[in-house]
Amino acid sequence: MELLHTIVSHYNHWIIIFLMVSGLYIVVARGNMVKKLVGLGLFQTSVYLLYLSPGKILGGTPPILSPDFTVYSNPLPHVLILTAIVVGVATLALGLALVVRINEAFGSIEEDEIFGGDEDE
Amino acid sequence: MISEHLPALQVVVPLLGAVVCAFFTRGDRAWFVALVVSLAMPFIAFGLLLKVLHGGPISYALGGWAPPFGIEYRVDILNAYVLVLVSVIGAVIMPYAKRSVEHEIEADKQAWFYTIYLLCLCGLLGIAITGDAFNAFVFMEVSSLATYALIAMGRDRRALLAAYQYLIMGTIGATFYVIGVGLLYSMTGTLNLADMANRIAGIENSRAVLAALAFLTVGISLKLALFPLHVWLPNAYAYAPSMATVFLSATATKVAVYLLLRYFFTVFGVTVIYADLPISEIFLLLSLAAMFGASIVAVFQQNVKRMLAYSSVAQIGYITLGIAIANKTGLTGGIVHLFNHALMKAALFMAIGAIFYRIGSVKIDDLAGIGKRMPMTAGAFVVAGLSLIGVPGTVGFISKWYLGLGAFQQGWWWLVMLIVLSSVISIIYVGRVVEVIWFRDVAPASRRAKDPPLSMLLPMLLLTAATIYFGFDTVLTAGIAELAAEWLLAGVR
Repeated sequence: MELLHTIVSHYNHWIIIFLMVSGLYIVVARGNMVKKLVGLGLFQTSVYLLYLSPGKILGGTPPILSPDFTVYSNPLPHVLILTAIVVGVATLALGLALVVRINEAFGSIEEDEIFGGDEDE
Repeated sequence: MISEHLPALQVVVPLLGAVVCAFFTRGDRAWFVALVVSLAMPFIAFGLLLKVLHGGPISYALGGWAPPFGIEYRVDILNAYVLVLVSVIGAVIMPYAKRSVEHEIEADKQAWFYTIYLLCLCGLLGIAITGDAFNAFVFMEVSSLATYALIAMGRDRRALLAAYQYLIMGTIGATFYVIGVGLLYSMTGTLNLADMANRIAGIENSRAVLAALAFLTVGISLKLALFPLHVWLPNAYAYAPSMATVFLSATATKVAVYLLLRYFFTVFGVTVIYADLPISEIFLLLSLAAMFGASIVAVFQQNVKRMLAYSSVAQIGYITLGIAIANKTGLTGGIVHLFNHALMKAALFMAIGAIFYRIGSVKIDDLAGIGKRMPMTAGAFVVAGLSLIGVPGTVGFISKWYLGLGAFQQGWWWLVMLIVLSSVISIIYVGRVVEVIWFRDVAPASRRAKDPPLSMLLPMLLLTAATIYFGFDTVLTAGIAELAAEWLLAGVR
């Protein structure tokens, strides 16, 4: 019962771990370059949750000083993750741009086809 | 006074320079801006180094917000050394860049190339100078995204694949780094590295902190191309434009090594790293695997740029070997090799870039007899190659001397033998190229080749001369590396 309680009360961590591992799995297991980027996005998103969920304190209010409240949630993780989201978007954009160029140069975005047909040096 | 703001200028100047570059459409004007910015960087870096040597670490509160709440730029002996390394290489290659970029990049993209180059420089300097864990991540991504774009500008279509592959692996590495920082943040409640070091004391063996250490180590090791996380590197260096290869091989992995040292020694501390965890053993094994595995692969490469890239993986093995040896002399060897390897690898890639500029190929068979047509370039290649092997009188020898001495002090005489043995393999791959470029008949394709213009030749010869000079006068390199090693091992916290 104790164990079950520990597992259930940390449900946010389970969600994070699930997203993290499935994202990484897609990156490793898929040969399609766009799908790989989707996996990469999922992997990065899980980290956003890793930062955000400990920042929220149950019963805490936004950090605006007021005599009525004593418990505040931490705003810093949100600021950090806002930056990380921008970085993630930039990475995704650059990755997709590269995939477009690869498609133009090789006529495919499947790794098997590209590496299979590539002349070896 | 302006000298108080040197830490901020070190990062802000290249950032603004990049913005200015982006406004130009003509490559040569953008080049001029990048040249001015790059030439200013070493002055700032040397200014910071002198200040640190005389007055101790500098703390700069960015935007006037006092640390640990604001972002702190913290310059101490180790990162002042890294700043000097990055900015000097950045400055030396700019004169070289003009001809090389004109030759390899389409005219309408040259201004963008310099923009991205300055962003990359800004990111690398930022990682080195910041004292804030998350700020380091942002700079890491600035430099990484710029790097992916630089690589993708290579002429060969395989450059796109190399850039894509590096983007995937680099992003995984950076995300691992953020996971590590996130775990540390949730345990300590701070992002300032010095503050974090204080608060970690007492909880360093908790599971979350150890998990953070594992994530940070793997994430940064991906960036520094520690064997077996190096797979992105050979293709990226082989197909990137020559100028990008010179810059990246000399600086990008070095800055990642610096970040690893920063976390290992100043945040987690010597006891956690060496006494409680088998990090020394792990790094010893991986370094040896890099030194031998990558060197052997290098012997069989037909593309000389790719061969040098594999040799970079092997040389990174020597640098991390310094971490594994874990005494002052060994660590000095690792840190001094950061600088020494940057000098010789930049010189080698410049020589190959110059050959590519003249004959349009870097395949070993096409290089036959090129020494008779481009004697200065081929001569620079030989001297820098000797340094790569570690011949006495070159910088390569200094690094290996310190590493060997450190291993000996540790009682690991077998490691001394292995260092010598791995050097023998580098004799094979360097010797193979030297034999082809000097002792074969001139290949038809290179019959009309001659030494490159002075703007390319001078930086190359300057770096080659430096590999000899710092092989004799080690006050600036090994002297500072020794101070840094002493400071790291003393447990600054």
